[in-house]
Amino acid sequence: MSVDFSKEVDYVAALARLTLEPEEKKRMAGQLSDILDTARRIRELDTEGVEPTSHVINLQPVLRDDETRPSLTLNRVLQNAPRRQRDFFRVPSITANRQPEGAGE
Amino acid sequence: MAYEVVIGLEIHLELQTCSKLFCGCGTAFGQEPNTNCCPVCLGLPGSLPVFNRRAIELAVTAALALNGDIQEESRFDRKNYFYPDLPKAYQISQFERPLSRGGCLQIEVDGNRREIRLERIHLEEEAGKLIHSGDSIMGSEYSLVDYNRAGIPLLEIVTAPDIASGREARIFLEDLRSVLLYSGASDCKMEEGSLRCDANISLRPAGSENLGTKTEVKNMNSFRSVEMALNYEAERQENILAAGGKITQETCHWDEEKKITVPLRSKEGSSDYRYFPEPDLLPLALDSSFIKNIAASLPEMPAARRERLKEQYGLSSKEAVLFTTNRQLGDFFEAAAQTYSSYKNLAGWVQGDLMYQLRESGRSIEEIDPLRFVELLKLLDKKDINRPVAKELLAEMVLNGTSPEKLVKEKSLGRISGSDRLQPLIEQVIAENPAAAENYRRGKDKALAYLVGRAMALTAGRADPGELTKLFKEQISR
Amino acid sequence: MKLYEQTAAQLSRLLQKKEVSSVEVVQSFLDRIEMVEPYVKSFITHTPAMALDMASSADSRRLNGEEMNPLAGVPIAVKDNISTAGLRTTCASRVLENYIPPYDATVIRALREAGMPLLGKTNMDEFAMGSSTENSAFYPTRNPWDLGRVPGGSSGGSAVAVSTGMAPLALGSDTGGSIRQPAALCGLTGLRPTYGRVSRYGLIAFASSLDQIGPLALTAEDSALLMNVIAGHDPLDSTSLPEAGPDYASGFDGNVKRLRIGVIRENVSDHFDPEVTSAVLKAIALLKEHGAIIDEVSLPLTDYGLSAYYLIAPSEASSNLGRYDGVRYGFNAGGDNIEEMFSRTRGRGFGPEVKRRIMIGTYALSAGYYDAYYLQAMKVRTLIRRDYESAFRRFDILIGATTPAPAFKIGEKTSEPLQMYLSDICNITDSLAGLPSLSVPCGINTDGLPLGMQLTASPLNDSLLLKVAGFLEQKRDPLPLRPVVKLPEGGVI
Ligand SMILES: [Mg+2]
Ligand SMILES: [Zn+2]
Repeated sequence: MSVDFSKEVDYVAALARLTLEPEEKKRMAGQLSDILDTARRIRELDTEGVEPTSHVINLQPVLRDDETRPSLTLNRVLQNAPRRQRDFFRVPSITANRQPEGAGE
Repeated sequence: MAYEVVIGLEIHLELQTCSKLFCGCGTAFGQEPNTNCCPVCLGLPGSLPVFNRRAIELAVTAALALNGDIQEESRFDRKNYFYPDLPKAYQISQFERPLSRGGCLQIEVDGNRREIRLERIHLEEEAGKLIHSGDSIMGSEYSLVDYNRAGIPLLEIVTAPDIASGREARIFLEDLRSVLLYSGASDCKMEEGSLRCDANISLRPAGSENLGTKTEVKNMNSFRSVEMALNYEAERQENILAAGGKITQETCHWDEEKKITVPLRSKEGSSDYRYFPEPDLLPLALDSSFIKNIAASLPEMPAARRERLKEQYGLSSKEAVLFTTNRQLGDFFEAAAQTYSSYKNLAGWVQGDLMYQLRESGRSIEEIDPLRFVELLKLLDKKDINRPVAKELLAEMVLNGTSPEKLVKEKSLGRISGSDRLQPLIEQVIAENPAAAENYRRGKDKALAYLVGRAMALTAGRADPGELTKLFKEQISR
Repeated sequence: MKLYEQTAAQLSRLLQKKEVSSVEVVQSFLDRIEMVEPYVKSFITHTPAMALDMASSADSRRLNGEEMNPLAGVPIAVKDNISTAGLRTTCASRVLENYIPPYDATVIRALREAGMPLLGKTNMDEFAMGSSTENSAFYPTRNPWDLGRVPGGSSGGSAVAVSTGMAPLALGSDTGGSIRQPAALCGLTGLRPTYGRVSRYGLIAFASSLDQIGPLALTAEDSALLMNVIAGHDPLDSTSLPEAGPDYASGFDGNVKRLRIGVIRENVSDHFDPEVTSAVLKAIALLKEHGAIIDEVSLPLTDYGLSAYYLIAPSEASSNLGRYDGVRYGFNAGGDNIEEMFSRTRGRGFGPEVKRRIMIGTYALSAGYYDAYYLQAMKVRTLIRRDYESAFRRFDILIGATTPAPAFKIGEKTSEPLQMYLSDICNITDSLAGLPSLSVPCGINTDGLPLGMQLTASPLNDSLLLKVAGFLEQKRDPLPLRPVVKLPEGGVI
């Protein structure tokens, strides 16, 4: 019941923001299909009424007091920036496509 | 065909904490770029989030103030998407199990009470800020990123599609802001971006139960622009429908300059956020005593206060609205009303002359002593001073905080009355204005007013005009 | 005996008696690194100057009579996915090739406070994704027992550093076997602590609900000494356990009487390499001989556990690795617009295995597939926990092989991701359940390759595992602590 994964590869690669070379895509489609075939086996298990486990710890989370702590110096903040302009990180145009999801999502 | 407008709002507001939601960086507005950042809020590899207790308290406070049903267990999820202002490429938010479900806000539209239901209220983290090169986001060559804002606690409030017009949306937002200000959860400064609003809007045939195709409107930067944008969008949709067209489901940008909504091009159809439970944060169980304590410490909410002000002081609807929307003004009124029982008069002075003097002097209401203000009103009621003097004293009191009573004594501004004190003045004015006296004698009533005015001027307004009129009449007709 | 040949406990005693200085100890390891490293490539970054500096400060603290941790002055190597302030931390990825963290991981702070000099940052599979250290973007690490074979992974660099005497101790990280599997393949003791026992703050995330930092060492006692440094509550990690933790180094009394041991049927299997199985059975016989109560237990969900793991871990990874977008740090491939920059940077920056897992994870979480894949995997995780809970009502520890076979040849499984994944089959279910699990050497096969046995306990019983491992070290037939490295040009080191 192997599924041809090549159609999905384009969609998933776009979603994950990964440029893949054509050769890479082909190989990936085959391997992902194999891996997912194996993974799909878990559907055989009856999990009716079973709660999912997202954390293995059942504790109350740590709550921190609302106190400020020193931030990093500007130099430390920007020391790894691949593109920097004055005191900012610089990125290329964001207008070419896609809506600005970031604005108040 | 007649259409009705269906609007749902999604409001984001920054909670008023000292430090960010998951790290100890400060939250002050207007800092130098990228100076309020640490490994956690920059999303550096290996950093982990830790809850800020105060953010959770404020979120619960706001949700309770909005009658939300606080969930005993809520959970945090990752909302995955790529954007340069989002340091981790996911936002820690709440999806399946929000902090609060339901809730409502009673608003008053043109004297009619309306209930706007809420779907949910949840806590999430703020993103950073982009500054675009050039004049606008469109055609901008590059952008600069400042992460100072990233990680500030954000409350998201989603309403049911219960709002019927742009105007109603605006009133809802104004009332919502009052509630949030009252609860102390947020400073709600739209101009600083600490309160933002997006809207879903659709039209349907009046009376129909089904929802039409909706559009999402973003980038509305003031309550006024919310009203304008939604009215514009409603009209735009109505024109399309009336012409037999179909609405496209899309996101629009409100263009503040041109006053129109502009559809945003979107490449990949609907977003696929791949929500899943945040593994770095354990589910948040809120015990009932925590919730009860916050509920017990909640101040009176605006809607309740509005009703109480009408009831307790006999204020008009308009006055009650003013004294709730402007919370400090209402507080001042109530403080003054403790020692002054002519509420109508008090309310009149507060919203009239006092507000005028505050604007003139640039002082704020918190600087004014309500007891001094009552002193002034009592002087006036006892007729120790008259209105023009009262206004002068008020100006002086607002500007310098001087006690009206003291001022009256020092500058001997008290009212001059009694025929023994006024008789010489009458005689002086008649002597100086014989023509006017003669005119009055001949039956020209206006001349009497002139004489009274002269007498008032000579006493800097302190004489009792009623008594003056009487004395002039007696003197001249003799 | 040379200093680099000593265990950490032995070095600790020498240092505490002031018979040697930390500078001498560190120098001995640095010399050893110079000799062996070219053949095995354990390290990504060497820090000799820093190590000597830290050593001399540990020496002067000790001379000043300061109360110090027993491991003060004993050096250590650290896996390169643990953040070190001011020191390049790459995760063996092009994406982070030049990344310099501005902060220390909590465990690094603990090492500094304890006065343990840092010898360098060790090689690994890129972002800890792999079981052979062949997925390093820089170079593979070789197994010193046979330079043609892999050392296991992803903590292969750490394992080899300890195994060859280039470091007496190392830190690794274990998401689905990445400490235990290389420990087994290199003849070391490797402990994956109870989830939440060691702070993850500063550990560059692969799969957050599974990642744990732990020790790789020559002996159980060495592991225990290192656990005493790194375990404990950390307010910077919301998933950190609140308890302070016991003294892991106490109670090595060599007694296993009445200890209830469950032999996991699925992990002592006919399908495994027969030498592995017989070595494990021999160790079990030894435990029984000394009074342990042995019975069989089945964990029938093991196979499903592997499937669940290869959905859960990639899902979390796909999200954790979103941040490598070229904006704030790391590799940036440029582009005319933001989308082009994101996709090019990530497409070129990540290696094939990382991209494969990002793809699987993105797929498993995407609209329409979430319930069938991710959610179902999380439910299977619940079933697995239940199985363990019932097993631990009957047993104190569970036992089986650490790996189905000894170290495989370099290149043998690189084109077959599924085969590679299967090499972690014994290590995954306890990871999913958050349990402490340890690999201890239990033999050498006829090719001279080390074999490992895995012990698993219920949560917070890490110290019990160390005690049983310590018992086995003492009672079994002696095993060589380290390999004799046969060089390709002939000769040994
Ligand atoms: Mg939101
Ligand atoms: Zn921060």
